[in-house]
Amino acid sequence: MSHDLTASSVASPLPASGPQPALPQLAAATSESRFARLTLTITALAFVALFLLLPLAAVFTEALRKGPAEFVAALGDAETFSAIRLTLTVAAIAVPLNLVFGVAAAWAIAKFEFKGKAFLTTLIDLPFSVSPVISGLVFVLLFGSHSLIGPWLQSHGIQILFAVPGLVLATVFVTFPFVARELIPLMQEQGSSDEEAALSLGASGWQTFWHVTLPNIKWGLLYGVLLCNARAMGEFGAVSVVSGHIRGETNTMPLQVEILYNEYNFVAAFAVAALLALLALITLILKTALEIRYSAEIAASRRH
Amino acid sequence: MVFGRITGIVGLAIVLGGLQLGAASVAFADTTILNVSYDPTRELYKDFNAAFAEKWKADTGETVTIQTSHGGSGKQARSVIDGLQADVVTLALEADIDAIAKGTGKIPADWKSKFENNSAPYTSTIVFLVRKGNPKGVKDWNDLVKPDIQVITPNPKTSGGARWNFLAAWAYGRAANGGDDAKAQEYVTELFKHVPVLDTGARGATTTFVQRGLGDVLLAWENEAYLSLEELGPDKFEIVTPSISIKAEPPVALVDGNVDAKGTRKVAEAYLGYLYSDAGQKIAAKHYYRPFKPAAADPADIARFGELKLVTIEDFGGWKEAQPKFFGDGGVFDQLYKPGQ
Amino acid sequence: MTDTTKTAPWRFRQPSVLPGFGLSLGITLSWLVLIVLIPLSGLVFRASGLGWSDFVALTLDPRTLNALKISFGTAFLAAVINLIFGVILAWVLVRYRFPGKRVIDAMVDLPFALPTAVAGIALTTLYAPNGWIGQVIEPLGLKVAFTPAGIVVALIFVGLPFVVRTVQPIMEEIDKEVEEAAATLGASRFQTISRVLLPGLMPAGLTGFALAFARGVGEYGSVIFIAGNLPYVSEIAPLLIVIRLEEFNYAAATAIAAVMLAISFAMLLFINSIQAWSRRRYVYVA
Repeated sequence: MSHDLTASSVASPLPASGPQPALPQLAAATSESRFARLTLTITALAFVALFLLLPLAAVFTEALRKGPAEFVAALGDAETFSAIRLTLTVAAIAVPLNLVFGVAAAWAIAKFEFKGKAFLTTLIDLPFSVSPVISGLVFVLLFGSHSLIGPWLQSHGIQILFAVPGLVLATVFVTFPFVARELIPLMQEQGSSDEEAALSLGASGWQTFWHVTLPNIKWGLLYGVLLCNARAMGEFGAVSVVSGHIRGETNTMPLQVEILYNEYNFVAAFAVAALLALLALITLILKTALEIRYSAEIAASRRH
Repeated sequence: MVFGRITGIVGLAIVLGGLQLGAASVAFADTTILNVSYDPTRELYKDFNAAFAEKWKADTGETVTIQTSHGGSGKQARSVIDGLQADVVTLALEADIDAIAKGTGKIPADWKSKFENNSAPYTSTIVFLVRKGNPKGVKDWNDLVKPDIQVITPNPKTSGGARWNFLAAWAYGRAANGGDDAKAQEYVTELFKHVPVLDTGARGATTTFVQRGLGDVLLAWENEAYLSLEELGPDKFEIVTPSISIKAEPPVALVDGNVDAKGTRKVAEAYLGYLYSDAGQKIAAKHYYRPFKPAAADPADIARFGELKLVTIEDFGGWKEAQPKFFGDGGVFDQLYKPGQ
Repeated sequence: MTDTTKTAPWRFRQPSVLPGFGLSLGITLSWLVLIVLIPLSGLVFRASGLGWSDFVALTLDPRTLNALKISFGTAFLAAVINLIFGVILAWVLVRYRFPGKRVIDAMVDLPFALPTAVAGIALTTLYAPNGWIGQVIEPLGLKVAFTPAGIVVALIFVGLPFVVRTVQPIMEEIDKEVEEAAATLGASRFQTISRVLLPGLMPAGLTGFALAFARGVGEYGSVIFIAGNLPYVSEIAPLLIVIRLEEFNYAAATAIAAVMLAISFAMLLFINSIQAWSRRRYVYVA
C-alpha cells in the first residue's frame, strides 16, 4: 500500500552509502554505468519537475502575481477567514476519530489471525478508491429529504447535510483508511513478540499498549495522522456535494478557492490555494524532519 | 513524548472547535435568512443585501443577516430539494424552481404568480464576448459557424445560462430559416461542432475564454459579459450584440415550507419585494441586469444595453415543454453528440 | 466456539495471548459499518430499487459506456506511465545519491496532500494554450489542456505517489547479495535487472499500478478543470454522475455510481490478494 512508505522508506536514509561490496570488480556488476545512472536520474528528476514541482510553482506564482500585500489582504477577508476556521474545525473532529479507529483496526488486523481478514482490509481500503463524488452522494442519499431518515431528522430540527455534521461525515469517510493503512503493515512487520514479553512479565493489556506498542508505532502513527490531516483539510469533491455553499458558513478552504476563482478573484483564489499548498508542504517537511532527526530510532523500532 | 504532545494538541483543537460551534450558533440569535442563488448573481446580491439590511433596520429596527449561497442553478435547486434550508431562491431557470416545488412541496405550484412579471424582477439576454478589435469579424449568429471560429459555452446539462445560450441560438436558426425547426436544429448542431470545451458552469466558461485564451467567441449572459469587461479589462475584450436573442428571465420564489418553519416569512417576503422597489431595480440595472421597471433605474445604466430583437421562452412552449424536449435525457441536446464524434 | 481446540478445524481466530481482540475489532467494525457500510449500502439499496432491466438499460446507455471507457482508459494509461516512471524514480531515490534528494523524496507525497481542486487549477494554468507549458508545446501541434491528454496529465499527478511509495520499500529490502550472485554467475547488469530484480518487484509494482488506477478512475476535482468535458470525447464517469444529478435523475446517477463502486471493490480485492500472495511468497526476515 502506498503508505508502506512510513518507516521502511526512511530506514536507510542514504542506502547508497551502505556497506560497500567486498570485491571491487563487483561494484560495477551491482551498479549501473555512469551514463545509465545519469540518464535515469535526469529522467526521474525531469518527471518530478514536470508533474510535481511546476504545478506547485504555478500556485505560488499566481498567488503573488500582484505582490505580497495583495496576498496577505486576500487571506484577511472575513469569509476566507471563516473558511479557514471551518476547515480547522472539521479536521479537528475528523482526524482524532480516524486516529482511534486506525489504531483499533491495526491492532485487530496486525496482531490477530482471524477469518475474513483480507475482506475486512479491503473494506477499510474502499474509501480510497471510491470517487469523491460518490462519497458525497452517499450521504445525500442517506440524509437527504428523500431518504428514510431525512424527514425524521428534519422534523426534529437536526441538520446534517449542508452543515458541519455533514462536512465532518464526508471528511471522515474520505480519510477513513489513512491511519489504519499506515499502521497495519508496520505492526505486521514488527510482530507481537514485544507485547507477548511484556504480558508474560505481568503488564496489563493497556500498559502493554501504552508502554510497548505505542512507542514502537509512534512514527507510523504520526505520518498517518499528518497525511490524514492534510487530506481532511484538502478534500474537495465529497465536501462540495454536502456543503450547500453558504458563504461564511459552510464553505471550507478548498470550496472557498473555487468560489474566489469563480469571482474572477484569481489572486485571492490562489492565495487560499497557496495556503493549502503550504500546509501540504509543512506536512511533508515535518515528516522529513522527523525522519532525519529520529532515523536511527525509527530504524531500530523497525528491526524488532 | 512527541505523541503525547500531539494528542494534547488534537484535544485542544477539539475543544476550540467545539467553542467555535457554540459561537456560531449564538450568531443565529439575530434574524438570518438564506438566499440560494446561481453563479452570476454574486456581485448583485452583495450590493442588494447590504441595501436591504439597511432598509429593514430603518423600517423595523431589526437586524437581519442575509446569507447567500451560489453555484450552478441545477445544483443549487438539488441542494434545496435535499434539505438546504433556503428562505428564498433566486435561480437561473423556472424549471429549477419547478423542480423544488415538485420535489419538496415547500413552494406552491403557482409560485410564478406570487410576484410581478412572472416573478422575474430583472431579466437579461445572451450576447457575444469577443477579443478586442473583434479580429474574426463576428457580427451575428451566422458568423459563429464559419470554419475557423471556436465558440465557448458551458454545458446546458449543468448550467442554466447555457440553456439560454442554446435556445438563443435556436431562435436565430429558426428566424433565419422562416421558422423551420429542422433547419434550426441543423444550425445548432453545426454550432456545437465549433465548441471545444464544455465547462460545467457559466463562470468556468468565462474563465476558459478569458484566462486560458481559448476560443474566439464566448456566449454569455449580458450581465456576465459586462461584468467580465469591468473585472478583467475593457482593453482586452468587447461585446457584440447579435440581431436576435432570447429574453432570459431568472425567477425568484419564497420557500414557504422553510420560512414558516423558521418564522422568517415577513422578512423574506420583504426581501423579495424589495427587488421590485425602485431602489432594488436601480441596483439590478447597475449590475447590468435589465430591470423590470427601467424608469426606476439610472438612465445612464439603461443606455448601456444594446438594441436587439428578443424572443421569449413562451416561443418554445414555456419551460415545461422546452426543458424535457431540449435538455432532458435523450433530448435534442443529447442528440447533437453522437458516439465517436 | 466451544471446544474448538481438539476437533474443529475451523475457528474464527487463532488463539493468541494478546488481549483486546474483542475491543479493537468491535471499534473497527462499528466504525466501519457506521461510516462506510451504511452509506454505501444506501447507494446499493437505491440502485437495487431500479429493477434489473432499468439498471442494465441505464448502464448500457452509450453515453455512460463511453464515459466509463474514458475514465478507465485514461486512468489505465496514466497508471502505466506512473508505473514506468514511478519505478525509475523509486530506483533513483533508493540507489543513487544526488543533491536535493530528500526534497525530491518528500515531494513525492505532494499529490496526497495537495487539494485536488488546487491541482486541477494549477495544471490547467500550466497546460492551457497561454500557460508555461502550453506555450511551448502548442506550436508543436500538441494539445494537452481540454483534451483527453489533459485527463491523463491530471491522473499522472494524482497517482504517482501510489506507485513510488509501494515500490520504494521493497527496493530497499533487496539484498545486494542476490545481485552479486547474479553478477558472479556471469549476468550482465541489464540481465540482472530484467531477470532478477524486476520480477521481484512485480507484486509491489502491480499493487501500486492498481492503486493508481483505482484512484484515477474515480478522480473528479483535478480532472474537470483540465478535461474539456465534451460528451463522448473527454467526459469522465464522475462528471456524468454530477450531470445526471443536475438533471434530477437520481436513478441514473446511482446506477453509474453503483457500477463504479462494484468495479473499485473488485479491484481492491484483487490488490489485496496480490499482497497476501506476495507476502506468502517473498518473506523478508528482518
